[in-house]
Amino acid sequence: MPGITREEVAHLARLSRLELQAEELDHFAEQLDVIIGAVARVSEVAGLDVPPTSHPLPLTNVMRADEVRPSLTPEQALSGAPAAEEQRFRVPQILGED
Amino acid sequence: MNYDDAMASYDPVMGLEVHVELGTRTKMFCGCSTTLGAEPNSQTCPTCLGLPGSLPVVNAIGVESAIKIGLALNCEIAQWCRFARKNYFYPDMPKNFQTSQYDEPIAFNGYLDVQLEDGEIFRVQIERAHMEEDTGKSSHIGGATGRIHGASHSLLDYNRAGIPLIEIVTKPIEGAGVRAPEVAKAYVAELRELIKALGVSEARMDKGQMRCDVNLSLRPHGREKFGTRSETKNVNSLRSVERAARFEIMRHATVLDDGGTIVQETRHFHEEDGSTTAGRIKDNAEDYRYFPEPDLVPIAPALAWVEELRAALPELPRLRRARLQGEWGLSDQDMQSVLNAGAVQPILETIAAGAPADQARKWWMGELARRANESGTDLSEQPITPGQVARVCALVAEGKLNDKLARQVIEGVLAGQGEPDEVVAARGLAVVSDDSALGAAVDQAIADNPAIADKIRDGKVAAVGALVGAVMKTTRGQADAARVKDLILQKLGAA
Ligand SMILES: [Zn+2]
Repeated sequence: MPGITREEVAHLARLSRLELQAEELDHFAEQLDVIIGAVARVSEVAGLDVPPTSHPLPLTNVMRADEVRPSLTPEQALSGAPAAEEQRFRVPQILGED
Repeated sequence: MNYDDAMASYDPVMGLEVHVELGTRTKMFCGCSTTLGAEPNSQTCPTCLGLPGSLPVVNAIGVESAIKIGLALNCEIAQWCRFARKNYFYPDMPKNFQTSQYDEPIAFNGYLDVQLEDGEIFRVQIERAHMEEDTGKSSHIGGATGRIHGASHSLLDYNRAGIPLIEIVTKPIEGAGVRAPEVAKAYVAELRELIKALGVSEARMDKGQMRCDVNLSLRPHGREKFGTRSETKNVNSLRSVERAARFEIMRHATVLDDGGTIVQETRHFHEEDGSTTAGRIKDNAEDYRYFPEPDLVPIAPALAWVEELRAALPELPRLRRARLQGEWGLSDQDMQSVLNAGAVQPILETIAAGAPADQARKWWMGELARRANESGTDLSEQPITPGQVARVCALVAEGKLNDKLARQVIEGVLAGQGEPDEVVAARGLAVVSDDSALGAAVDQAIADNPAIADKIRDGKVAAVGALVGAVMKTTRGQADAARVKDLILQKLGAA
């Protein structure tokens, strides 16, 4: 399996809105390569007859009734926010839209 | 260039994406309430805020509603499907992804037949209907009129984040030609009626419960390959859907005729003048990194459940309209007026309360429609109930009111003077058919109009109308006209 490239890391960083320096790109490419390599070993074990899975348990249709449960209070909801204003989460300027 | 010129050169192809907010009590993946208008961030929990360690669980009614919509759109229902994460970094989703469905929608390959204004049926093919969740609401601070551009920061209310959405996507709509804008509007209108009939959402476009994106491209006549499309986002009324499609047809045609090229981009629709302006350019870098949602297990609707839901589907709105038109004996045009006035439901309920169909229609399409029109309100919002209208009809049928008096009773009810019977009592409105009470008025009318009376005596019975009119005038409209006529003819020996 080909390793993860510097360009791929740059693309991911852009999608994640992360600003990475040149040396960081190299650094993360190397680290991610190791992680992906480790995960890739799974495919060596799983033959073509084993379909990829998204969930470890063979369950389907786990659903709940449409019944209201108590929500957090606005104070609780906002307690972890770095900034709040008018009982809302305050976020920095949003770029790249409109 | 005018519209006809544009259509002489080009053939429009449309794709419509409609988002419907379901009317469930709780969100799609948590038990937070979905009630509109609650104070900011009062309907959130660790799950819909995307806090670590929280786990989503699917709302059963959300899945049921999705299947109902799929079935009503003649779709196949997936025997097994999953949710997927649509990853993007924008603060309207606190999780940094939206839980949606990707290559395994719960419903696919359907169609919806829509009726155009001249009665023609146009079949719109449905690509898919899938389940997802709504985003939070952002307000942008510091810029001009709440736009992102120029804003210093934004504020987020996550009450809406996680409310169940069904996204319904059409296949490319081809062959509509000149009528493309009309087809777009008719499709969204029919879809809205269908959603309402299924009872899965109120589908109020003015409240954002149903929102439409209009994708449109042009190609020269005879060419098979689609042109480059534009995606006009959030077109939120039926009229706007039609206007947006028309505006984009004109804009594309103008650009293409000048030898220009259409850029693949999102467009913003402006309600004030029906125009669109450029938004984000869609280069192919858009990359949501979809992957199956590991926190949710697959949905595998049992065949028996699906068939049960299919059997319980309501009559399709289009067929129901045709049936009612037949039952009420209306022409296409009259039925269209009833539909335009939003009078179907009030008329049905008035009939259910005992009134004959023609009487029920007469009141709702006459006095009440006029009043709704003048005040710019919905017919259903008038301060009178179908039961009250039916009672007025009954009083007329019993001969206790004539048409003129009935009108006054309706006015009284609308003015908040109580039930029809109370208005009748309070205003002393009742048809006078008692012969002794009418006798004097009849004698007076005969005495006042000797020439007419002679004509009637000579057998010209048609002249009686003038004398009946005179009696109605002196009794201020309260006389029973039929009885008055009989009395006059009797007294003049012409009966
Ligand atoms: Zn929640």
